[in-house]
Amino acid sequence: MAEYVVETRNLSKHYNGVVAVDNLNLRVKAGEVFGLLGPNGSGKTTTILMLLGLTEPTKGEVRVLGFNPVRQPLSVKARVGYLPDQVGFYDQLTARENLIYIAKLNGIPRREAYRRIDEALTRIGLADVADRPVGTYSRGMKQRLGVAELLIKRPQMVILDEPTQGLDPAAAVEFLNIIRDLKAEGITVLLASHLLHQVQAVCDRVGLFRKGRMVVEGTVPELARQVLGGGYRVRVIARGETDTILRHLRGLSHVVEVQPKGDMTYELLAQRDVRPQAARAVVEAGGELLNLDLEEPNLDEIYARYFETEEVAHDRAGKAA
Amino acid sequence: MTVQARPHERRREGSPWTGMWAVLAKEMADNLTSVRMHILEILIALTAVGAVFGAIQTILETVEQDPFVYLRLFTVGREPLPAFIGFLGFLVPLVAIALAFDTVNGEFNRRTMSRVLAQPIYRDALLFGKFLAHLFTLALVLTAIWLLIFGLGIVRLGVRPGGEEVARALWFLLATIFYGGIWLTLAMLFSIVFREPATAALASIAVWLFYIAFWGMLADVLAQIIAPIRFGFPEEFIRQLEWQLFLSRLSPNTLYSEIALALLNPATRALGLVLPIQLSGAILGTPLPLRQSLLLIWPQMTGLIAVTILLFALGYVLFQRQEIRA
Ligand SMILES: Nc1ncnc2c1ncn2[C@@H]1O[C@H](COP(=O)(O)OP(=O)(O)OP(=O)(O)O)[C@@H](O)[C@H]1O
Ligand SMILES: [Mg+2]
Repeated sequence: MAEYVVETRNLSKHYNGVVAVDNLNLRVKAGEVFGLLGPNGSGKTTTILMLLGLTEPTKGEVRVLGFNPVRQPLSVKARVGYLPDQVGFYDQLTARENLIYIAKLNGIPRREAYRRIDEALTRIGLADVADRPVGTYSRGMKQRLGVAELLIKRPQMVILDEPTQGLDPAAAVEFLNIIRDLKAEGITVLLASHLLHQVQAVCDRVGLFRKGRMVVEGTVPELARQVLGGGYRVRVIARGETDTILRHLRGLSHVVEVQPKGDMTYELLAQRDVRPQAARAVVEAGGELLNLDLEEPNLDEIYARYFETEEVAHDRAGKAA
Repeated sequence: MTVQARPHERRREGSPWTGMWAVLAKEMADNLTSVRMHILEILIALTAVGAVFGAIQTILETVEQDPFVYLRLFTVGREPLPAFIGFLGFLVPLVAIALAFDTVNGEFNRRTMSRVLAQPIYRDALLFGKFLAHLFTLALVLTAIWLLIFGLGIVRLGVRPGGEEVARALWFLLATIFYGGIWLTLAMLFSIVFREPATAALASIAVWLFYIAFWGMLADVLAQIIAPIRFGFPEEFIRQLEWQLFLSRLSPNTLYSEIALALLNPATRALGLVLPIQLSGAILGTPLPLRQSLLLIWPQMTGLIAVTILLFALGYVLFQRQEIRA
């Protein structure tokens, strides 16, 4: 069995001169939830379209579930569910009729299709309104119907392009639970999104896109180490001589940065969990330790830091030229 | 090392027709339940009833025996109404355009295109399925109208239609469907080229108007420019007439009306320019057998079908290369 469900090699897409995807090497493991992050126009949707064989790559290779989407699009599309960023349905048809059409296109036998459709509609919470025209649905309901459509395909992998866009907070949480359920069933999930805390909440690994390239990838702590220099943030609250405490904390190994916040709080950025050492350092500095906690590295921060430093570097380069 | 792709590896897997029947069935259902179609059906049925009633009255007033009286239902008018075939010439394009002008762009505008194409089907299936659904819908509507006309005929004329009449009417039905096919593919082509359905509809109607209102005049003028009459020799007149005929046949309307003439008026011996020599030995006014009439219209029929295939192929190529991102 292939270890990677998605594998691209130097995958590129040019649109008359515009480079949308640039030598992308993306690998997604079976059963994981992979997040695609990046500013608008960084090539996420284009990458997804190439994975599904909906757009031909300009160059490079793609394998999805071991198939080549350019030559074997039917095999890929039969096994991969896709929820586009702007999902639309036939408004005059009911939810059930819309799903029946999709089931037919997938060649699912009628009885089996009806069973799966009922199941999916119940699971997604649309069973009560299943026989209403989709034109009467709210945006969130349509989004959920899109998920129902994924479910009736019984996919091995799903690709979601900004699926929580326009959902209310409760619906978004519900959506994340669906993603977790899919993962629990062993379905690989590829998720493109701009909502960083959601990505962080469900994704095993994340890839950061910039101008068609994947610039960093890995788990969130890995990214934090690469981008912020440290994956752990320790917050120390201590009473005592600020300068002395600061000096002692800075002297610790594996600590990248210490910032005083207010007169008793210190924020440490470290490459590992340095809570015991920090506690000792405070005591050695003659301070009283009031509180000590470890914060998960935050994707928002990683993202902001990455693209901020990028921009600064870019500006400098621009000025130098 | 470069790996040469072997031919069988380059070929797409599976059949381009996978899913076509699903598309066809859905589109047919959409067409048959759409308000747009109901309006057109009512319009065309009312026109048929009006025109055919007029024709029946005219026919009943003439005492002459006519072996092709059912064909007269199509061709005889009664002031102020023209004959039904006059209506068909512009109603059929109208129905065809109304069916097809939002075939592809409508799918984009509803944002259903990427969802549908993410299913295991090729674009071929979508385009063919939609085209066939439109064509079948058109055929269904026209067949119903033909039945209506024959029904009216049986009730009001009190004679049974002959086998030859029925055969000719069926061929005419087929030709009418093909004539509609041209306008279907044209409107579909515009629905691929233009993202706005309104633009596609307008462009289709512009072409239709051009052929209905201007092409005849333009063919005359062009023929006069290409083959001017300088000295008044008969050859010059013939040459100009030939040019005029050729140019006017570049219009589907001309082809269709020639087909109608040959099929519905069995006495028609030749289409277009007829020189007296060509008629030597023929007894004017005697009807031609159906086989002969079919031979006469064969070039016109192939012309209609060829243009349809050409327009479809063009649309097909454009659609295959289209970015599906909404
Ligand atoms: N049909 C096209 N013709 C020309 N350029 C295109 C076309 N489609 C996409 N692009 C360009 O490709 C680049 C990548 O676009 P893409 O939609 O993949 O970005 P994205 O990461 O999905 O952005 P977003 O976050 O806004 O969804 C953009 O610069 C876009 O302008
Ligand atoms: Mg996008």
